[in-house]
Amino acid sequence: MRVVGKPLAKVDARAKVTGSTLYADDLIFPGTLFCKLLRSPHPYARIKHMDLNAAKAVEGVVAVITGNDLPVKYGILPISQDEHALESEKVRYVGDPVAAVAAVDEETAALAAEKIRVEYEVLDPVTSIEEALSEPVDEPIHDYGGPSNIHKMAALSFGNLEAGFAEADHIREDVFFYGGNTHLPMEEHSAIATYVDGKLTLWSSTQTPHYVHRAVSKVMGLPMSAIRVVATPHGGGFGGKTDPFSHEMAVCKLAMVTGKPVKCTLTREEVFYAHRGRHPVLMWVRTGMKRNGRITAMHFKTALDGGAYGSYGVATLFYTGALQTTTYDIPAYRFEGARVFTNKAPCGPKRGHGTPQPRFALELHLDKMAEDLGLDPVEVRRRNYVKPNTTTVNWLRITSCGLEEITDRVLQASSYVNRQRAVGHGMGFAVSSYLCGAGLPIYWNSLPHSECLIKLDRGGVTVYCGATDIGQGSDTVIATVVAEELGLWPSDIRLVTGDTGFAPVDLGSYSSRVTFMAGNAALDAARKLRNLIAEVAAESMGCSPGEIEVGDGKFGTLSFEEAAQLAQERFGAISTTGSYRPPDLAGPYKGSGVGPSPAYSYSAAVVDIDVDPETGIIKVNKVWLAHDIGRSINPVSVRGQVEGGVYMGLGEALMEEQAYRKALPKQPSMLDYKSLTSIDMPEVETILVETNDPEGPYGAKEVGQGPLLPVVPAVVSAVHDALGVWIDQVPVTPDKIMKALDAKTKGQAPRFGPKSFPDIAYPQYVKVDTPHVATQAI
Amino acid sequence: MSDSVIASFDVNGRSREVLVKSYHTLLEILREDLGLTGTKHGCELGECGACTVLVDGLPQLSCLLLPHQVEGKEITTIEGLAGSGDELHPLQEAFVETGAVQCGYCTPSMLLTAKALLEENPSPGRQEIAEALSGNLCRCTGYEAITRAVELAATRMEA
Ligand code: FES
Ligand code: FES
Repeated sequence: MRVVGKPLAKVDARAKVTGSTLYADDLIFPGTLFCKLLRSPHPYARIKHMDLNAAKAVEGVVAVITGNDLPVKYGILPISQDEHALESEKVRYVGDPVAAVAAVDEETAALAAEKIRVEYEVLDPVTSIEEALSEPVDEPIHDYGGPSNIHKMAALSFGNLEAGFAEADHIREDVFFYGGNTHLPMEEHSAIATYVDGKLTLWSSTQTPHYVHRAVSKVMGLPMSAIRVVATPHGGGFGGKTDPFSHEMAVCKLAMVTGKPVKCTLTREEVFYAHRGRHPVLMWVRTGMKRNGRITAMHFKTALDGGAYGSYGVATLFYTGALQTTTYDIPAYRFEGARVFTNKAPCGPKRGHGTPQPRFALELHLDKMAEDLGLDPVEVRRRNYVKPNTTTVNWLRITSCGLEEITDRVLQASSYVNRQRAVGHGMGFAVSSYLCGAGLPIYWNSLPHSECLIKLDRGGVTVYCGATDIGQGSDTVIATVVAEELGLWPSDIRLVTGDTGFAPVDLGSYSSRVTFMAGNAALDAARKLRNLIAEVAAESMGCSPGEIEVGDGKFGTLSFEEAAQLAQERFGAISTTGSYRPPDLAGPYKGSGVGPSPAYSYSAAVVDIDVDPETGIIKVNKVWLAHDIGRSINPVSVRGQVEGGVYMGLGEALMEEQAYRKALPKQPSMLDYKSLTSIDMPEVETILVETNDPEGPYGAKEVGQGPLLPVVPAVVSAVHDALGVWIDQVPVTPDKIMKALDAKTKGQAPRFGPKSFPDIAYPQYVKVDTPHVATQAI
Repeated sequence: MSDSVIASFDVNGRSREVLVKSYHTLLEILREDLGLTGTKHGCELGECGACTVLVDGLPQLSCLLLPHQVEGKEITTIEGLAGSGDELHPLQEAFVETGAVQCGYCTPSMLLTAKALLEENPSPGRQEIAEALSGNLCRCTGYEAITRAVELAATRMEA
């Protein structure tokens, strides 16, 4: 490999260090109008009346629109089309948009928005999972789902659970709570739209231009062919920019109404309302185990606080039950879950989408079971690790799997086994697994998940692919793949990405899918182009195409430009296409669409902390993170993703929480919403293990989301190692540690966390025959 | 136009005079009146550090500065870091090489803050770097690669 696996600079880094990259809010066109949204001050209320006259009378105001102008509902999932860009009947959270103003400048738009009179009839807000489960005081938040404010439930049972528990020597139940948190991208969401000659163009800081394109088409009533959505260079997403948003719809509509470019950039406070962040999840888990640590059965229940709208929530719900089995070989498994609506900002996908919460619960639960049985927690895990090339009890296909190796490497590097034992010092270990792209698209169809087109002319190569670089380096991955095949440098490749008008479809930057899927599509297209060029180069050199050596800007003895010209003389205009469609992986049951992936990455973490028993303050000394990457396309970028994932995991473990007082967001500012600064960040040692996945491009797997997952339970496990208390609720703030220590002193259970799991009337579970052949003896 | 004032200061070595609203911030003036969009914003409330520029060589939050506070001052934005031509500043080069740039949104502020640090302390330790950058949030990198980049640039600039 000439460029794959080399620590080369990212193709867009130079523009970013010189300040020349144009993000969405940097774009402005002549005559641009500025848009402000008016948002609800109430968590739950009926709109009785709106008066726009005073707003319209403000000098400089060009248009004011309300829900009546945008009556069509949308939502990211086909089964949750429950949002209006602007609500006209009912508001469901503080920050729900009700009107939009376009004016000559931002100040005028803001002033006019304040002059809109809205008469509300305030309703009793639903503020917690428990409230949502019980009979509502007022009407349910939505007119679908139910009973009460339940959005969706899931109940699946694989294998013979009762027999599994009957075989167990030890059975344990635990309850955990994972607090909700938000993405906090540095860039506030921003969008600008133009409407020219009946064609609408939207530039937006989105991770999913393809899905936004679809939603805009539906809401504006325009054919797909009249729309172009461009994902601008991105100032951070982490899942927070994967839904179609009100401000995107508002600028599109206002551009159509006014005939002028219209731009809307959210304030930081509004970003907290836009949210779509990590769901708060209450969890109950019951596991049966043999005396030797082998799992015989597991029953996992979840309850998700979804906030005010559907968003990705149905997928999130299923993800809270799907990936327990991709690390541990569980012979019998039952999952029951419920997502509820509450009058809080809508939750959605955040890095790890629905899996950090159950991973936190599962890893700590196993620690506790090991303690009960007097076994080593690492050994308990090893005894249950899934093996490569197996199928899990819930029909997930495991191919490459480096669990054993990442465990060995992370333990060795951290000296975990021989750690110093002292009160106040602790180390924790945990493992996890994540998807390399969702195996099924959001809208059921058989189209490829990623398509790529390469054009060759004037000696240059341009790659068109819908994939969206959100800072994770997907442009660099695509350029590297194409450069490898064509014997060029990644920096030689011109890219047109994230543009639904010019580039063929890629589903977007979510579910860690881009390296695997867009990488494979690019590889497919690049190999075809390489063959075309090699054919003419061989002809001119009088040898066979197979003998042509490609590399260092050459095809055999010809320079790339010479070979390209010969190819064009021979074939005329040249372009090749490639696509990627994952194999059909869904199991034979309803609900099997969530969980399958063409490959799974694996991560193992060890965290070393000091925690002060007097104050409960934690200092993280170091984190070791071993990751099964399959193969690194660019090791510098991979390491960056590991470090970024560890950072975000530490934030979730220690301090980040989107908290509410009643239904009012407690801290919609960057000062109050705590995140790690450079001073709080410990050293991270990254260990990359290459398992060479059989279907990944050059063997590569994902790294964008996986490394966050084991960090959270490893921190909590380290707290237990240091002080002998279990904190079964994140974030692990000092007050929770002090309360647990207090309980310990008083002779009560040495823990802090939820006391019980509510009684939820889950539907009768779907009993699924299992493909499962236990890979290890029970 | 009673609330308009003429702001005059140097930006990246060039003297500028702009008619602006007296309550507009330096951030707005740079981005909207002077077209220097390399300076970013993450809050406009003094909380995130993304809008950092150098005022007479010191890092300042441009979202908190009004025109009269920068009257006659020398301002350096990211557009002025590299100097003329194609050459990058050693800090920029180090950021590119070490992977300190992911989404790049915090990058201008990090680079300018690091420049001020190295001018005051040419060979800072990891802790000193972390302290200097602690007012600039980054959500992508976990600060690790940024710290490595500043160390690398410091070593090269010392040599
Ligand atoms: S924009 Fe956040 S501190 Fe200035
Ligand atoms: S690189 Fe994205 S915020 Fe720092």
